[in-house]
Amino acid sequence: MTFDRRFRRKAANTLFVGLCALATLLALSALGLIMWSLLKQGFGGINLNIFTRDTPAPGSIGGLRNAIVGSAMMCGVAMVIALIVGILAGTWLAEYGGDSAYGHVVRFLNDVLLSAPSILVGLFVYELVVRPFHGFSGLAGGVALALIAAPVVTRTTEDILRLQPNALREAGVALGAARWVTIRKIVWRGAGGGLLTGGLLAFARISGETAPLLFTALNNQFFALDLTKPTASLPAVIFQYALSAYDDWRGLAWAGALLIALTVLSINIIGRVIIARGNTRP
Amino acid sequence: MADIPLTAPRPTRAASKGAWFDPIFQFACLSAATLLLAALGGIIVSLAIGGWPALHKFGLGFFTDTTWNPVTEVYGAAGPIAGTLITSALALILALPIALGVSVFLVEFCPRRAAQPIAIAVELLAGIPSIVYGMWGLFVLAPWFALHVQLPLMMNIPAGSVWEKVFYGVPNGANIFTASLILAVMILPYMAAVFRELFLTVPAQVRESAYGIGCTPFEVVRSVTIPYVRSGMVGVIMLGLGRALGETMAVTFIIGNAHGLPQSLFDSGSTLASTIANEFTEATGEMHTAALTALGLVLFVITFSVLAVARALLLRQRQD
Repeated sequence: MTFDRRFRRKAANTLFVGLCALATLLALSALGLIMWSLLKQGFGGINLNIFTRDTPAPGSIGGLRNAIVGSAMMCGVAMVIALIVGILAGTWLAEYGGDSAYGHVVRFLNDVLLSAPSILVGLFVYELVVRPFHGFSGLAGGVALALIAAPVVTRTTEDILRLQPNALREAGVALGAARWVTIRKIVWRGAGGGLLTGGLLAFARISGETAPLLFTALNNQFFALDLTKPTASLPAVIFQYALSAYDDWRGLAWAGALLIALTVLSINIIGRVIIARGNTRP
Repeated sequence: MADIPLTAPRPTRAASKGAWFDPIFQFACLSAATLLLAALGGIIVSLAIGGWPALHKFGLGFFTDTTWNPVTEVYGAAGPIAGTLITSALALILALPIALGVSVFLVEFCPRRAAQPIAIAVELLAGIPSIVYGMWGLFVLAPWFALHVQLPLMMNIPAGSVWEKVFYGVPNGANIFTASLILAVMILPYMAAVFRELFLTVPAQVRESAYGIGCTPFEVVRSVTIPYVRSGMVGVIMLGLGRALGETMAVTFIIGNAHGLPQSLFDSGSTLASTIANEFTEATGEMHTAALTALGLVLFVITFSVLAVARALLLRQRQD
């Protein structure tokens, strides 16, 4: 009787552990499968042309230069805006008004904004920027991306600043430093690695975003540095080329997808290394 | 502190250098925080204004009509709404057990040394851009699914049975089910990460005392860990749902983009987000644009309520 019961409990436990391990294996194999197809389909397409030539007409040789440059410019604009807004907002939440009622509202809605569908941000920026100025532009794309990155930066900034010991702030005040000097020279400096990681993660998040660019930056077949005109971006080009009927365009789309995935994954890993270093520091 | 009379002469001290900038700095920080609120408010207002003509013209019928016809200018959102809800629910059902399994494995059973790398690998799944999932789904998953799942199923189902209706569809792998599958892979890492965070908040004493009276690890997880984080778990589920509802590019690639109500599990369909992504830049007229914006408003209302509930539940768990 007791033996039977013990056996049953043991069997249930073994089954449970096995299922959990299986679930983990499934998740890991999904990552493996996706990376494998990306490498298999995209690696052959990566050569110097990708970086030196613009998106071609079907059948001719070309690369992704205009898309890469466009993506870099829009992400650059977005990160400048997002870092300024995000770090200031995060600082307000951590140092000034985070415990007030308004602070709770801001934090709550920022968390909602953090996971809001990115396509809605695109629609908003279309109504806000594109429609009044009568034209798609790289600048509008940058603003849309900034709106996606800013909540990420805000969240990580607040989290990191709250980890800074209060003794640091007291030390600053005791030295007679003004509050903002204390924040700038002591709190921010102490949190430097964490702030950098927040920026990196936000950058990783927006560099693969497609939906908000579709109706803000649109696309551009040619090389252009003017952000007031429609601007090409890597994700938008991938979207267009992957759904096309031409084999060479699809090849370029795979190469582009591999580029984006590798960029995003390496930024993520670098960010994690920085966090890990920060944690082991005495 | 209170003993010192306010009128007592204070020792004179020069104001801190740069103190004049303090209020300006604080105001800048406050404005940045307010800007985020304004952005969220702006999204609601712009969607409401942009979508108003369509909502006004079609009224409540907008939500129940399955016709979506840019030529006759008749728009009904029932198809995309149903597609969104079905794919998200399916994705949640598929992802939930796996996410639970992964997080329990990492917290309870995995050797310390391996836990961190595995956790990072699973989180990297979250980093892969949506469009890459879409390409993978369209060019790798869909053909495989059509050949190895859909065709055999269609061949072997007895004619006239219920299953024939459930599995009816064009065997090209681009359908409601494969879209849900991709969505499941995409929301899995988010859910697993927050589940893991939740499980780590269970005090060691509580778990150890369960082990102490002779519970097996399975019994500890079932009767101690999971009940301890119950409200947080609902929050995680809602968070996953919120992600799945608004996911755009991956779904656009693989769902088949057909308007109207999906008739079976393997039928092509559309979601709110995929319809907007597909048609917005090519909208034929004012009413088409307005109808698409109204879809955006519907999507916003659904995701906002789901995410708000999720955050509220997670916040309560954290405060407990």
